[in-house]
Amino acid sequence: MQQNFNTIIIGGGHNGLTCAAYLARAGHSVLVLEAASQIGGAARSRTIAEGSQVFPAAHLLHSMPEKIVNELQLEQNGLQFAAKHIKTVSLNSNGAVIVIANNQAAGDQLTAGDIEGYGRFYRDMQRFSKALVPVFDKVAPELAIESWRQKLDLLGFGWTIRKLGKFHMREFLRIIGMNLYDLMDEYIENPQLKAAIAMDALLGSEWGARSMGSVLTYLYRQAGELRNQTGIALPCGGMGAVSLAIAQSAQQSGAEIRCNSAVKNIIIDSGKAVGVELETGERILAETIVSNADPKHTFLTLVNPDHLGTNFVRQVNNLRSKGKAGKLHLALSQQPEFKGLDNSLLGERLVIAPSMDDIELAFNPSKYRRYPEAPIMEIILPSVSDDSLCQNGQQLLSAVVQYLPYDDSVDEDENRADMLKVLIGQLEQYAPGISELIIAAELLTPRDIEREFGISGGHWHHVELVFESFMFNRPTPLLTRHATPIGSLFLCGAGCHPGGNVMGIAGRNAAQQVLRGGK
Amino acid sequence: MTTTTTTTTTTTSKLRPLYQRPVLETPFYSSYKHLIQNDQYEEWGGYTTLVSFACEGQEYFSVRNSCGVYDLSPMLKYRISGPDAERYLNRLVTRDVKKMLPDRVVYCVWCDDNGHIIEDGTLFKFSETEFRLCCAEHQIEWLLDSAIGYEVDIEEVTTDIASLAVQGPVSCNVLKKMGFSGVENLKPFQLATFSLPGFEVMVSRTGFTGDLGYELWVDASHAAPLWEALFVAGKSRGIRMIGSAALDMLRIEAGLIMVEVEFMSCFHTVRHLRERNPFELGLHWLVDFEKGPFTGRQALIEAGKNKPKRRLIGLDIDWNKQADGALIYDSKDCSTQIGEISSALWSPVLKQNIALAFLDAPFYEGNKAMWAEVYMHRECQWERQVFECRVTPKPFYSPQRKTLTPPADL
Repeated sequence: MQQNFNTIIIGGGHNGLTCAAYLARAGHSVLVLEAASQIGGAARSRTIAEGSQVFPAAHLLHSMPEKIVNELQLEQNGLQFAAKHIKTVSLNSNGAVIVIANNQAAGDQLTAGDIEGYGRFYRDMQRFSKALVPVFDKVAPELAIESWRQKLDLLGFGWTIRKLGKFHMREFLRIIGMNLYDLMDEYIENPQLKAAIAMDALLGSEWGARSMGSVLTYLYRQAGELRNQTGIALPCGGMGAVSLAIAQSAQQSGAEIRCNSAVKNIIIDSGKAVGVELETGERILAETIVSNADPKHTFLTLVNPDHLGTNFVRQVNNLRSKGKAGKLHLALSQQPEFKGLDNSLLGERLVIAPSMDDIELAFNPSKYRRYPEAPIMEIILPSVSDDSLCQNGQQLLSAVVQYLPYDDSVDEDENRADMLKVLIGQLEQYAPGISELIIAAELLTPRDIEREFGISGGHWHHVELVFESFMFNRPTPLLTRHATPIGSLFLCGAGCHPGGNVMGIAGRNAAQQVLRGGK
Repeated sequence: MTTTTTTTTTTTSKLRPLYQRPVLETPFYSSYKHLIQNDQYEEWGGYTTLVSFACEGQEYFSVRNSCGVYDLSPMLKYRISGPDAERYLNRLVTRDVKKMLPDRVVYCVWCDDNGHIIEDGTLFKFSETEFRLCCAEHQIEWLLDSAIGYEVDIEEVTTDIASLAVQGPVSCNVLKKMGFSGVENLKPFQLATFSLPGFEVMVSRTGFTGDLGYELWVDASHAAPLWEALFVAGKSRGIRMIGSAALDMLRIEAGLIMVEVEFMSCFHTVRHLRERNPFELGLHWLVDFEKGPFTGRQALIEAGKNKPKRRLIGLDIDWNKQADGALIYDSKDCSTQIGEISSALWSPVLKQNIALAFLDAPFYEGNKAMWAEVYMHRECQWERQVFECRVTPKPFYSPQRKTLTPPADL
């Protein structure tokens, strides 16, 4: 039994590392315990075939704020970008290609009305996304407010909404609970353009474009992207490089990071977390414990339920955390060719979602725990921009695949092989001949993601980004502001506000709350 | 976690489809229905129960003077078993379950995370891995949600078990006449199993009357022969079925609280601050902070730091008009309300006008004079009177025989 640390962080994902870096800079002695053999959590890299690196979960960086990159000096710690301001390119099996970059949409089949409509849509959504920014960076205020700091935060949010003006404030309140399917009908006609835009609301989500709150998740992603100067970016060396840079920054400030150190449970004494016990039986004590694990894993596995009330356990148990995003990795012998796509656009973000109806059709079977016949995909070929990822002229294809249900009642291994065939068959329609280029192929289902990263339900955002888990309700009303019912135990993962994606804000805010003593 | 629920329909009501019989009959109903004289029923937990069979006064006196029998079968019963059963229950209720001996029963309450009472009930311990929890309202959802993370089976056995409360000074004698030899050695809150031809009867020395008394528990299929044996044995001892009206009189004299009367389950309250914690109900003796963590502990520690804003006390009221629902004031002119009565009774055995009442701080302490504003409906006209009253200790009535072991062989 040893007590060397002010703070132990359970999990070396990007938020855990960010939290560690901030705490170490504030003078805490910090130990990060990572279960896997390497750090990074959902933002890490590994090989798929000899000489080919993949990023098994997140594959693009779009929501990490400038502030964190600068404060943690990530660029000095090795964060470089192979590509910035990556465009969105929508593919079609008939060869119709649409290119979207900021407020511009271009494509042969787009009408002037579509292009103008997209411009308006972009402008309006930017306006509303900006209104969300004030709540984004800060710890979410509580509903029953006691402190002046929180009152000011909430007032600030109210003020930015009010500042939209009467017309836009009403419009904001009208659309915020809407679904994207209906909203885009008000702006655009072209089905392929609508679907390409909608992808941003749906990546990692359990729900479809027609589900409640998809406008909110869209604005949320846009608000994330507003806070950096790099747009959608591909780090050199892949997403693992982001985590490595944060880790290096944390280590420079004195944090210690241990891999292969799975935590078995959190030691609690008189209602206060005092340390952790590892799977090896080793016990390490600390004044504060911060969990980067998702809320379900933290409270339903790491904490003895004796210490938690039933209301609380019920809330955590009911969290929506079943992911529906899978991950497809292909090592290819050479660059594939996509129908209608100029080779200069191969390094962009390629979207397969021909129409909003195709999104819904891909979503529908997942409601009944079945696999889609034609999934929607976000594809990147990272090796086009970063040739260090592959050797011998190989190319890498990394795709987010939706919607693959999380279903632990069936043996998934058979389904996985079938689904991989479906996916390759689908890609073949967009890039004829691609199947002959495949050297290695891998499909990670949500259950695989759960196994590989220890995320309950395999949900990328840990907890679905929806109204019921939003701001002061994220992840649950009894778990806001990073504090927990267990004294000295904090949460810092994507399950916390603002949650989701590779952002780092939850980690940064958790560090702030630890330093403030949870107030 | 493994959790199970079973729902079985009662064997006694196969006459018509359920939708035509929204209220069920208990397993004893066909045994005692010939005794029903005045058709006063009320629903409890989906069952029809009797308010009174013939005369509530006679039924009341049967318990105080001889032997009264109340049909407890609608009581909700949960079997809690498995390796973690004891640890699970220790987190569920505010008492220390680890201190319980096997074959014992305890009265307990359980609270939500905010320390607000959900329900009170009795917990039966058969072994460290086998318990039964009995209470008046449905709890299955809370019990199952509380089981998350525990290796415990929760099974509702309400319809599987039939039970009768046999209460009164001669109750022990009646049970002995049934052949339950040694039943006189049962201490209060102890249980044992006895035999009747063809089946076993579990007997616990428990009750809701504040008198000497026992509760009998059998498999529902043995309800009729149990009732028969009991009433044959008790015939010469003035045994009588009693309804809920008499039971209510008895429990008020005993100072026992009732859900939906003295407190609302915090799941059913709508208005803010209508939830009650154990301290407000005077149940601080049920809360064990030393035993380790349990649901609601943190909130109750906070609540326990200050004296409760209101508390349940016993009142002795002048005159003989039952003060149902009366408001309590600090002066005779009724200017400032300081509390209200939840249950009132003109006690036949004490010849005293008693009530359970909630008083605001600081009036529940000390000997301050207070007045009850009583409304009476007399010949189709409402009249208002103000009676002086004072705090008096509970239970109002507590005969020695309640706890005496062995009880006098009457």
